[in-house]
Amino acid sequence: MDRRESIRSIILGSVAGGLVISGCKPEAEAKADEELLKSAEKHFGRTPEEKELIAELNAEQFFNEHELATVAVLCDIILPANDSFGSASDAGVPDFIEFMAKDIPELQITLRGGLMWLDHKCNTEFGIEFKGVTLEQQQQTLDTIAYPDVEIPEDERPLEIQFFSLMRNLTLTGYYTSKIGIDDLGYKGNMPNLWDGVPDDVLQQHGVAYEEEWLAKCVDQSKRGIMAEWDDEGNLLT
Amino acid sequence: MQILESSTMYDVIIVGSGAGGGMATKILADSGLKVAVVEAGPFFDPADPEQQTQLKWPWESPRRGASTVRPFGDFDSAYGGWDIEGEPYTRKNGTKFDWFRSRMLGGRTNHWGRISLRFSERDFKHKDVDGLGDNWPIGYDDVKPYYDKVDKLIGVFGSKENLPNEPDGFFLPAPKPRLHELFYIKGARKSNITVIPSRMSMVTKKINKDRGVCFYCGQCSRACQVYADFSAGSCLIFPAQKNGGQIDLFVNSMVREVTTNAEGKATGVSYINKEDRKEYKLKGKIVVLAASACSSARILLNSKSTQHPNGLGNSSNIVGKYLHDSTGSSRSAFIPDLMNRKTYNEDGVGGMHVYSPWWLDNKKLDFPRGYHIEVWGGIGMPSYGFGFNPNDLNKFFGLKVGGYGNGLRDDVKKYYGSVMGISGRGESVPMKDNYCEIDPTTVDEFGIPVLRFHYKWSDFERKQARHMHQTFEEVLHNMGGEMLQDRPSKEQDYGLLAPGRIIHEVGTTRMGNDPKSSVVNKFQQLHDVDNVFIVDAGPFVSQADKNPTWTILALSWRTSDYIIEQLKQQNI
Repeated sequence: MDRRESIRSIILGSVAGGLVISGCKPEAEAKADEELLKSAEKHFGRTPEEKELIAELNAEQFFNEHELATVAVLCDIILPANDSFGSASDAGVPDFIEFMAKDIPELQITLRGGLMWLDHKCNTEFGIEFKGVTLEQQQQTLDTIAYPDVEIPEDERPLEIQFFSLMRNLTLTGYYTSKIGIDDLGYKGNMPNLWDGVPDDVLQQHGVAYEEEWLAKCVDQSKRGIMAEWDDEGNLLT
Repeated sequence: MQILESSTMYDVIIVGSGAGGGMATKILADSGLKVAVVEAGPFFDPADPEQQTQLKWPWESPRRGASTVRPFGDFDSAYGGWDIEGEPYTRKNGTKFDWFRSRMLGGRTNHWGRISLRFSERDFKHKDVDGLGDNWPIGYDDVKPYYDKVDKLIGVFGSKENLPNEPDGFFLPAPKPRLHELFYIKGARKSNITVIPSRMSMVTKKINKDRGVCFYCGQCSRACQVYADFSAGSCLIFPAQKNGGQIDLFVNSMVREVTTNAEGKATGVSYINKEDRKEYKLKGKIVVLAASACSSARILLNSKSTQHPNGLGNSSNIVGKYLHDSTGSSRSAFIPDLMNRKTYNEDGVGGMHVYSPWWLDNKKLDFPRGYHIEVWGGIGMPSYGFGFNPNDLNKFFGLKVGGYGNGLRDDVKKYYGSVMGISGRGESVPMKDNYCEIDPTTVDEFGIPVLRFHYKWSDFERKQARHMHQTFEEVLHNMGGEMLQDRPSKEQDYGLLAPGRIIHEVGTTRMGNDPKSSVVNKFQQLHDVDNVFIVDAGPFVSQADKNPTWTILALSWRTSDYIIEQLKQQNI
């Protein structure tokens, strides 16, 4: 089975398995499969080996159903929705954490052990596991692990505190690297642009200014398309 | 297994396709020579949609750009890294050296920082200044015409400054400083540190009809799809092909050795085709090594024959010796005046818009060589790691650290863009006892003996690193900054990174007039074998407080002109 085929089988396996088993499918559905295949092949510059690794990781499952549900509850307590933007799980954070647990296996024991700690703690105190207790009880539990003593180096803190810090880190990084999160943050780049300096109001806000002498060395964007020519002394003429 | 030999006779076989190999390909093929380029990695073109990482969003990577697979993250365009599966290297006597290899057409030029600085006369003759190391057999006047040509061919932005050790060139205009860079300018000047516009090879203005102009996405480490930054593939090899050059590109081809005849002259190379794992031979009149300083040394040392029992070009026993990298150390700080930023697109060019060349006189200091300062910060695109420890900076205000809930959104926005860092990149003093050699006990998966490194920093570099941190603290404090790390201690070598980490390794086949103490002559031709040349950074006698690429390019062009001339005169 070549790489393309193996990716195809993974996708078909998870999404459209029934069609494959039936063995014959209408043309329109076959076309839909092709589209699906294409979207899975949406490139971000992976080498064949890298694609294979991603496909392998996607084919594995680390968290069980209960753990994944607990992760989702926890993520959304860390970052709930607000009036303008969705929650961590709206931004796909649980799936991201599932992927990272497989991508960086060193995270696994902390994550899984920490989830067990949460359930144990809630079972002991409330007689029911973490995801089943009230939000107030969940918060009460988290309050004991969410505020690390910054004087103690991270790797010397109790496991449950390390666990929560890790979950918070993964939740926020998962959120702010998602489309929702980037909109929320207000990051404006990653598109063709003509950089022409810091806006005046920003300069004022932060108490800095450009010097004429410096600006004289800088690009005049109205001439960027004109071919560069110099005199023998290296003075730009165009 | 029989070695498969091609019947084609090439004028020149070039091993490696990075800065040195790319330039040699361009100049030699443009002159009409028949050229084979042998590259250990795959074909790469940043304009190929399947290979592009530029303008991708973090969520397009399931790991959001984390560095699990590629050491500088999923979107960095280097294929390879510090460790490559199946291609080990070893270290000797507990010393450290980290070796970054990029296996792809264009090599490391696809992701490098594009900082493009000329060496000055002082840089070529530093022994005259402080009595340490050795002078190059050439000086600035020998290289200047080639620096000029490289500037015009490839493009570099910068500004005329008339600084004695930072020769000016033919510059494109520089981009305006970003906000944190304006802070740096103020902070550095307060300590009498020179700050000037960066000099980097992104095209801020049209330079030729084949290349686009920078559109300021800040992603040069991802390689530019409109070829507005310099990579050896897009700016040298492709144009040479387009120009009708007779170029055969052998990719995924790992050179094992340079083959020689009974007279000891080179006859070509043998390589392993990674796809069928068989050994092949190519025949050529001239072999140009451009595999990177350490890889070229490895090829020479593995090219043993009756005529060259110590490895090719190694009658001096100098191949692999004098390995040296730039020094490097960094520090970062929280700048309260950069809090609560309005957001706007400040991606700019990839990397810094301003920098500080070395500004002091070492005669007045307790270490012999200088360093330049690089600056980083800003409101860049989030990637894996963004949002970690979202409110740790609260501690500077006596506020609680940690927690959960929507307040974290405010923390993230409040601190977005308020951390900046500065890094020193300095000159080390080349030492004969810092070297790479063949490890007799280890081969790679192609059966080729691998390199073993032996490298120790001296007090010259440690004291320089100590000075860097004094400078970093002073400048960051001038900006009202709160240091985010403690000053590294003596036990930590004052924060000096392990050799190899700056990826400026040079010096393994050094240049000189005396065949007993050097490997190549001033035209980068082996003293021992006149039809083998080296055009990577191996011939560097010393690596200045600069970045090596612009000098590699200039010297490769100079050597290529020499090869053309020597062929005309039938000297080789």
